[in-house]
Amino acid sequence: MRIALFVTCLADTMFPQAATATVRLLERLGHEVVFPPDQTCCGQMHINTGYPSDAVPLVRRHVRIFDPYDVVVAPSGSCVGSVRHQHAMVARRAGDTALTSRAESVAARTYELSELLVDVLGVTDVGAYFPHRVTYHPTCHSLRMLRVGDRPRTLLRAVRGLDLVELPAQEQCCGFGGTFAVKNAETSTAMLADKMRHVLATGADVCTASDASCLLHIGGGLSRLRTGVRTVHLAEILASTEHDPAVRG
Amino acid sequence: MTGPTFLGMPATAPPGVGHLRGDESFPAAARRSLADPQLRRNLRHATTTIRAKSAAVIAESPDWERLRAAGAAIKADTLNRLPELLEQLEARVTEAGGVVHWAADAVQANRIVTDLVRAAGADRVIKVKSMATQEIGLNEALDAAGITPVETDLAELIVQLGDDRPSHILVPAIHRNRAEIREIFLREMPGVDPALTADPAALAAAARRYLRETFLSTPVAVSGANFAVAETGTLAVVESEGNGRMCLTLPRTLITVMGVEKVVPTWRDLELFLQLLPRASTGERMNPYTSMWTGVTPGDGPQAFHLVLLDNGRSAVLADEVGRQTLRCIRCSACLNVCPVYERAGGHAYGSVYPGPIGAVLSPQLTGIDDNASLPYASTLCGACYDACPVKINIPEVLVHLRAEAVDARRRPTAESIAMAAAAYTMDHPRLYEAAQRASRLSRLAGRRGRGLPPPLNGWTGSRDLPEPPARTFRQWWAER
Repeated sequence: MRIALFVTCLADTMFPQAATATVRLLERLGHEVVFPPDQTCCGQMHINTGYPSDAVPLVRRHVRIFDPYDVVVAPSGSCVGSVRHQHAMVARRAGDTALTSRAESVAARTYELSELLVDVLGVTDVGAYFPHRVTYHPTCHSLRMLRVGDRPRTLLRAVRGLDLVELPAQEQCCGFGGTFAVKNAETSTAMLADKMRHVLATGADVCTASDASCLLHIGGGLSRLRTGVRTVHLAEILASTEHDPAVRG
Repeated sequence: MTGPTFLGMPATAPPGVGHLRGDESFPAAARRSLADPQLRRNLRHATTTIRAKSAAVIAESPDWERLRAAGAAIKADTLNRLPELLEQLEARVTEAGGVVHWAADAVQANRIVTDLVRAAGADRVIKVKSMATQEIGLNEALDAAGITPVETDLAELIVQLGDDRPSHILVPAIHRNRAEIREIFLREMPGVDPALTADPAALAAAARRYLRETFLSTPVAVSGANFAVAETGTLAVVESEGNGRMCLTLPRTLITVMGVEKVVPTWRDLELFLQLLPRASTGERMNPYTSMWTGVTPGDGPQAFHLVLLDNGRSAVLADEVGRQTLRCIRCSACLNVCPVYERAGGHAYGSVYPGPIGAVLSPQLTGIDDNASLPYASTLCGACYDACPVKINIPEVLVHLRAEAVDARRRPTAESIAMAAAAYTMDHPRLYEAAQRASRLSRLAGRRGRGLPPPLNGWTGSRDLPEPPARTFRQWWAER
């Protein structure tokens, strides 16, 4: 299958390993990945911070660039959530009916990675090998905006060598929330402290999720406290094999 | 401030009266509560307990999602024809011997109630727990008129005696533990036994003794309403102590203050809401005390009944296509109990009698965005509130809508608005975007790798590291492979 990669600006700039892993995984499964180079950002930060008008050109760009593809994938529940639940709203608010219907059409063809694998490609065992104790944080937008449900866990359970430990109070937000982490830094930190407490209680050496943003947040806290627990994107684990491990040692 | 709505009602609740506005922004108020270990513990314990209880009784309801959808639909229909339903309610209440008063705002409502109490010749009233009367600051208005209001809901009594403010819609004293309650009772409760212990049964017995005497000797009661049936003119109050029932049946005069959105079209609609409300709020299958009355019944219960219909900014909320769904709220507080922000910051951080996610959308709409501009940002948009809401209010959608309103309300550009415009321009020009990626990497390499970034980014680096900048961006990797 020919699949267009919506890399997301955050993964492109700060977390490229999630995107390269997505490419390697899909190619290993026999699919063709294309990367439309003029893509930038879906505009979620603008929309969620109160600047929907500034987001209009970004929505227009995103729709123009991804409209030609039948299937679009992003290694981010949050960015797919914005495409699926906010782009048409922004277009409608701007009074652009043509853009609204095109945005709805692109949204219907855009998938978060675990949705693509399980629902579109029909695969739950991707042939990965990752010999680590792992706990999975179901990010809020994957959980409640996209309803990815058990798909990521199903994929993780099929990974050879992987010891999956349930994260206590996993449905609670890590406290990131985009600009919330800066505007309400202290409440955000209090939420992060509880998330880290639960991660540490599992005894896992790796915390995974399907959003680079939440992983940057949780990982930033785990690193600041020198816990030795690392954050690894779900795509990295699924791309990992004996010959090409995502984490060495 | 904008002009009156097309219905002629004021666009916002007036300032200087009631409790919809805090003294400081959410982040500033939250800073204090976050640093209080006792409060954090009380909140964690209470919200975790209610969450588990509510989840269990919702799980045993096979048609919960259909009940929610029906609740949302009935409320949406009600709001679409609110003026007509309110006039129907007025007609039925009047036919049944009640008197209906229309209050455009808090000032009018307080004056109407004060005049009615005076006309009844009373200098004290007993009160049923009510959010509407907290919203308008009725107790302060009565005090100023020389009338003593006595809260009879146990938690509201604790808050009142402690000269405190409620911090939860359903559990107003959620921020207090039993040792603190004992101290408040010993200090403030008339005739209290000085040997009172902090045992919950002893505390409840002390309140009971004090309140029973008050019930028997007070001729006027003031209540709110959970529902008002337009078809029959019936008012309904749900509570779990029975103290509300005392207030609604013992006095000679009953005055009910109700937000205009509390009306439901038909008697049968109660069948639905009395299933939704207890499961979502207290985690009970059935509400313990459900009191319903229609006007005045000769020889039985209060012989004078007044209904005060309160607008106080609601018509303006109704006029907003996105914000309107906020008025579906049945004050169950499920959104507070599941909110990770509320659980840590507590109710007082919201500055209004309506805390938590529903408060973050309701308060700024009632007061106008200028007076509560930080509240729509007091959320990570995690969506737990939307999932928990028994009438399916899409709180994250309204929060995002109000953030845009907050930005639009600023008169001049801010550092944030300039940065946002610059970021949008950059993101719309791929060459600039790539240049910005390179620049950020170089500055990070040259600098301190994310430690001690300048404001506002120090909000991040105060408690979190930023990772080492990657050697290559994804697009560089793609171009080079």
